[in-house]
Amino acid sequence: MTRAGESYWLDVWRQFKVHKGALASAAFLTGVIVAVAAGPWLWPVDPQFIDVRARNAGMSLEHPLGTDQLGRDTLARVIAGGRTSLAVGVTAMAIALVLGTLVGVLAGYLRRIDGALMRLTDLFLALPLLPLLLVAILLFRDMLRSAFGPEAGIFILIVAVIGITSWMQTARVVRGEVMTIREREFVLAARSIGTSRRRIITRHILPNVMSPVLVSATLGIANAIITESALSFLGLGFPSDFPTWGRLLYDGVDYLQRYPERAMAPGLAISLTVLAVNYLGDGLRDALDPRIRTR
Amino acid sequence: MNREPLLEVRDLSVSFHSRDAVVHAVNRVNFVLHPGEVLGVVGESGSGKTVTMMALLGLLPSPPARISAEAVRFDGQKLLSLPPDRLRAIRGHRIGFIFQDPMTSLNPVLTVGYQIMEPMRHHLGLTRVQARDRAVELLDLVGIPDAARRLNDWPHRFSGGMRQRVMIALALACDPQVLVADEPTTALDVTIQAQILELVRSLREKVGMAIIWITHDLGVIAGLADRVMVMYAGQIVEQAGVGTLFEAASHPYTRALLGSVPDAGGVRRDRLMAITGQAAVLYRPPEACPFHSRCDEAVARCREEVPKRHSCGEEHDVACFRR
Repeated sequence: MTRAGESYWLDVWRQFKVHKGALASAAFLTGVIVAVAAGPWLWPVDPQFIDVRARNAGMSLEHPLGTDQLGRDTLARVIAGGRTSLAVGVTAMAIALVLGTLVGVLAGYLRRIDGALMRLTDLFLALPLLPLLLVAILLFRDMLRSAFGPEAGIFILIVAVIGITSWMQTARVVRGEVMTIREREFVLAARSIGTSRRRIITRHILPNVMSPVLVSATLGIANAIITESALSFLGLGFPSDFPTWGRLLYDGVDYLQRYPERAMAPGLAISLTVLAVNYLGDGLRDALDPRIRTR
Repeated sequence: MNREPLLEVRDLSVSFHSRDAVVHAVNRVNFVLHPGEVLGVVGESGSGKTVTMMALLGLLPSPPARISAEAVRFDGQKLLSLPPDRLRAIRGHRIGFIFQDPMTSLNPVLTVGYQIMEPMRHHLGLTRVQARDRAVELLDLVGIPDAARRLNDWPHRFSGGMRQRVMIALALACDPQVLVADEPTTALDVTIQAQILELVRSLREKVGMAIIWITHDLGVIAGLADRVMVMYAGQIVEQAGVGTLFEAASHPYTRALLGSVPDAGGVRRDRLMAITGQAAVLYRPPEACPFHSRCDEAVARCREEVPKRHSCGEEHDVACFRR
C-alpha cells in the first residue's frame, strides 16, 4: 500500500486519522490549549477579582460556571488554573521522561552500570513520595521564591520535584525494552557494519523504545497534574490565591454538599484532559510505529 | 595458490566463561583466505563456525567470551589487537557480514534505505545524495525491482528473500574485500535459496570479493565454494579443495557427514547414514581427538592426543592419526 513519493509524516497522519478517539482527543486538547492560552481574551474577567455581592452565585450569563465563596468567577479561574496545571504537567513529564529514558537506556545497554542504576531506581521507588515532596518544598521554597519571584519560584520547585520523583517507572520500562532489543540480531548487524555504540543507542535502540516511552509520557502528564493538585491541597503548592485545577478542586470540596458544580468544573477539566492525553498517546504510538502502522 | 593471503588466522581459540562452566568453543584454529576465493565452512550446529568468524571481527561480547590467538592478520593488520574504533572502521567497510535470519537482522523502525546508506555515509563519508544513488544501484544489483521507491519502505514490507537481498546489498555497500556469510540461506525456502546462491555467484564475478560461506548444507558448498573447511567441536578437522573433498574425503567425520546427505545425483539409498552419538561439548581444552567417541576407526592414540592437521594430498590436509 505504498504510494510513490509519500512522505513519512503523511503516512503517520493517515494512520493517526484511523484512531477516532485519538483524533477527538487531539481536537479536545487543542481546544483546551487554545482556551487557556487565549483565555484572558476569550473571557476577559480577572480571576482574582473579588465581587462580594455575587458570592456563591449559580450559573448565569454573567458567570457561566458560577462564583466561589469570595465571588470570584469560576470560569476565569478554571482557565487561569489550566495554564498552570498544563504547564506543570508537560514540564514535569518532560523532565521525568528525559531522566527515565536516560537511566533506562544506560542501564539496559551498559551492563556494567546496570546494577548501580537499578538500585538507585529502587531507592527512589522506595522513598515515600509525599513526605519527600513536603521536605523538599519546605527546604527550597524560600530560596527559589527570593530568586525567581513567588510564582516562578514555586513553579520551578514543583516541576523539578515532581520530575525528579516520577522517572522510575519510565526507567524500568525502558531498561527492559532496551535489554530485549539489545539482543536482537539487527543490533549485531549494526555492529557488524561498524556502527559506533552511541549511534547504535540513538539510531537503532531509541526509536524502538519510543512506544513505551510515549505511553509513559501520557501517563506522566496525568500523574503530574494530579500530584500538583495534591500538593496544592496540602497547602504546599502554589500560593492560595493562585488558581490551579488541583487547588480549585480542593477548594470546591469544602462546598461539595451545597455547591457540587464548583468541584465539578476543575474535576472535569482534569479528568477530560488526562483522558484525552492518554488517548492521544495511544493514537500517536500506533501511528508512529511502522510495525503497527501498516497492519 | 601462492598469492599473499588476505586473511590469516593462526591458533585462534575462543572460550566462554560463565559462573559455573567454561566452554571451549573454538580450539586452535588455523586457516587462510586468499583474495577472491570462496571458502566454505561446514560443520554441525555448535561446531564453532559462527563463533570463529565473530571472534575475528570482535563481535562476541566479552565477557563471557575470551579470545586468544597467535596471529590474526587481515590485509597486514593485526585484527585482535586493533583498538575498537579501528576495528569498527574495518567491519562493514573492508569485511561485510550477512546473518542467518533476514527477518530479524534489519531494524524494524528504520527504512531500508537508511540502513543501506548508513555504512556508506559512515565509512566512505558519502553525502546523503551520493549514498542514496549508490543504495539504488545496490538494490538494483541484488535484484530488487523498483529500487528507488523501495528505499523508503520499512523492512516489514519486504519478504524474507527480499530482506536477505537487502542484507547482501548492505554488506556489499562499501565494496568489502571479504564477505562473511553466516548461513544466509538456512532461513529461506529452497527456491529463494537457489536465487540467493545464483545472486552471490554472479556478484562474486562482478565484484570479485573473497567470500567465507558458513553453512551446514553440503549441497550449497558443492555449488559455490573453491575450498572447504570442515569443523568439528571447535576444530578444523579437514581442509581441501571442493572437488577433492567430495571425491576423496579423508577424515572419518567428513565421510560420515557426506554419507548422511541424500545423494545429489538422485540415486536413493534405503537409509541415510546417521552419525551415532552426540557432538562433543568441550568443558576442558581438548586432550584427545574430539571425534574419537563416535568414530569407527578410533585407536588408542585417538583418546590420548589431539591430532594435528597434516597434509595428505595436494591442497588437502586432515587432522586424523589414521590418515
